[in-house]
Amino acid sequence: MKKYISFFRLRTVMGLQYRVAAVSGIATQFFWGFMEIFALHAFYETNRAAYPMTMEATCAYVWLQQAFLAFFNIWALDGEIMEAVVSGNVAYELCRPLHIYNMWFAMGMANRISRAWLRCIPILLVAGLLPKPYGISLPADGMHFVLFVAALLLGLTVVVASCTLIYVFSFFTVSMDGIKILFTSMSELLMGAVIPLPFFPEKVQRVLELLPFAAMQNVALRVYSGNLTGNEMWRALGLQLIWAVVLIAGGKMLCGAAEKKVIIQGG
Amino acid sequence: MEKAGMEKTGKERAEMKETGNDTGQTGKRKSGADGKVSAARLYRHYISVIIRSKMQYKKSFFMYSLGNFLVSFNVFAGIFFMFRKFNNVKGFTYSEVLLCYSIVLMAFSLAEMFARGFDTFPGMVRKGSFDRLLLRPRGIVLQVLGSQFEITRFGRVLQAVLLLGYSIWKGDVRWDFGKAMTVVFMIAGGMALFSGFFVIYASLSFFTLEGLEFMNIFTNGLKEYGKYPMGIYGKGLLWIMTFLIPFALVQYYPLLYLLDRRSGAGYIFLPLAAGLFLVPCYFLWRYGVRHYKSSGS
Repeated sequence: MKKYISFFRLRTVMGLQYRVAAVSGIATQFFWGFMEIFALHAFYETNRAAYPMTMEATCAYVWLQQAFLAFFNIWALDGEIMEAVVSGNVAYELCRPLHIYNMWFAMGMANRISRAWLRCIPILLVAGLLPKPYGISLPADGMHFVLFVAALLLGLTVVVASCTLIYVFSFFTVSMDGIKILFTSMSELLMGAVIPLPFFPEKVQRVLELLPFAAMQNVALRVYSGNLTGNEMWRALGLQLIWAVVLIAGGKMLCGAAEKKVIIQGG
Repeated sequence: MEKAGMEKTGKERAEMKETGNDTGQTGKRKSGADGKVSAARLYRHYISVIIRSKMQYKKSFFMYSLGNFLVSFNVFAGIFFMFRKFNNVKGFTYSEVLLCYSIVLMAFSLAEMFARGFDTFPGMVRKGSFDRLLLRPRGIVLQVLGSQFEITRFGRVLQAVLLLGYSIWKGDVRWDFGKAMTVVFMIAGGMALFSGFFVIYASLSFFTLEGLEFMNIFTNGLKEYGKYPMGIYGKGLLWIMTFLIPFALVQYYPLLYLLDRRSGAGYIFLPLAAGLFLVPCYFLWRYGVRHYKSSGS
C-alpha cells in the first residue's frame, strides 16, 4: 500500500508544478461556466414549464462541473501510459514488484486529484459569491454534503477504473486511436457533460441512468443541489458502487490475462 | 481529444522537417527563369506536399477525421436533445439554430484547416524552428500558413455541410440570391475572425513562449457557444460580441436578416466588416515578429 501512496504523492507534486497553466485554465473555465449558464438560462426563460431543473440546481451543476473538471474529463487519458504500452517500455513497469493495474489506478487517481484541487477552490469561492441563482450555495444540510462527497469519490473511482480499463485494452491491440476516440466522445455525451441528463427525453434518460457513464459526474452534481433525492438518489449511489466494483474487477481480470501472454515487441 | 491533437503535432512536425526541405528544393528547381515562384503557387505547393505526406498515413487520417466528426457531433446531439424538450429558444426554432450552428462550425473548421500554422505556432517558437523561417527569402505569413494544413478537420467540414444542407432543407427560410450571398459572407467573415484569433494566439507566444490556454475562449469557446444565436445570451454579451469582438457581425445580425427579422441590404455585407478585425491582428503579429528573440533551442 505504501508504494502506491508514494506514487500518488509523486504525481501530486508533479501536478502542482504547473501553477501558471492552472491560472490560465481557471479563467477559461469561468468563461465556459458563464456561457453554459447563460445558454441554459435562455431556455429557462423561454419555457419554464418544460425546464427539468430549478435554475439554482442548474447553476450548481455547471459550477461543480467546472470545478471538478479534472475528475471527470475522461479524454485526459495518460498519453505516457499508452505510449509505454505501444513502444514496449511497459516491460520495465512489469518488472517492478508492483501490480501494474494498481499502479495505473493510483497514478490516475493522483493525476486527477492533484489537478482538481488546485482548480476547484478558486472556482467554488468565486461561484459562491455570485448572486442567486447564478452562483452556488451551500448544500441543504450536512447529510447532503456527506452524500455529495461520497458520490463524488465514487464517480472519480468509476472514471479512473474506466480509463485504466482502456489502458489494459491497449495490451491487446497495437493502435488504440479508434477505441480512444469512440470511448471519449461517446462518454462525454452519455455522462451528461454536454447537457445534464435531466435534459434528455425521459425515456432516453431512464436508459442512460443505468449505464456506467451516468455513474461518473451525474450523481454527485445532482445530489449537491437536491435535484436527485430520496429513493432515486439511493439507487443512483448503489449503481455507482456496483459499476465501480464491476469495472475494477473486470479491469483486474483482463489485466491478469494480458500479463500472462504479453509480448514485448522489440525495445 | 486535445491531448491526442498535441501528441500528433509532434509527429507532424517531424514530418514537416522533411517536407520543408522538399519544398525548398522544388522551389529552387522551378524558380529558374525569373527567380521567384508566385506566392499562390508556392502556397499550393506547400499544401500539396502536406496533403501527400499526411496521406501516407491513411488510417490515422481517417481516425482523426472521425474523431473530429464525433466531437462536434456531440454538440449537435446536445442541440438535438434540447429541442426535444423545448420547441424554441427565445424565438429561434430547431432548424434556425442548426442553420446558425452549421455556419459557425463551417467558418471555424475552415479557419482551423487553413490557419492551423498559427494555431501550432507557439510550438515553433519554443523549438526555435521559427528561426529557419526568418532565413528564407519569402514572406513569413506565407510560410507560417504553409507550414500546416490540417486536413483532418475535413470531418468537421463534412458535418457542417450536412447540417447546413439539412437546415436549408427543413427550415423555412425564403432563399434568394442576396441570402445565399449572406451565408457565403458569413462563412468568409467567420473564417477571417477565427483566423484573426489564431494570429493573436501566435503573436502572444512571441512574448510568453507558451500557448495561452485562455485564448481558447475566443476560438473553441466561440465555436461552441456560437451554436446559439448570440442574442439569446442577453444584452450585455451581445454588446460585447458586437463592439469588442465582432462575432455578432458574422453570426447574429446576418442570421436575423436570413430569417427576415431585419431588412436592408447592409446586412448582407455586414459579415465582411468583421474581416477588418484582421488588420489589428496583423499589426500585433508584425510587432511580435520585430520583437522576436530566439529561444535558442
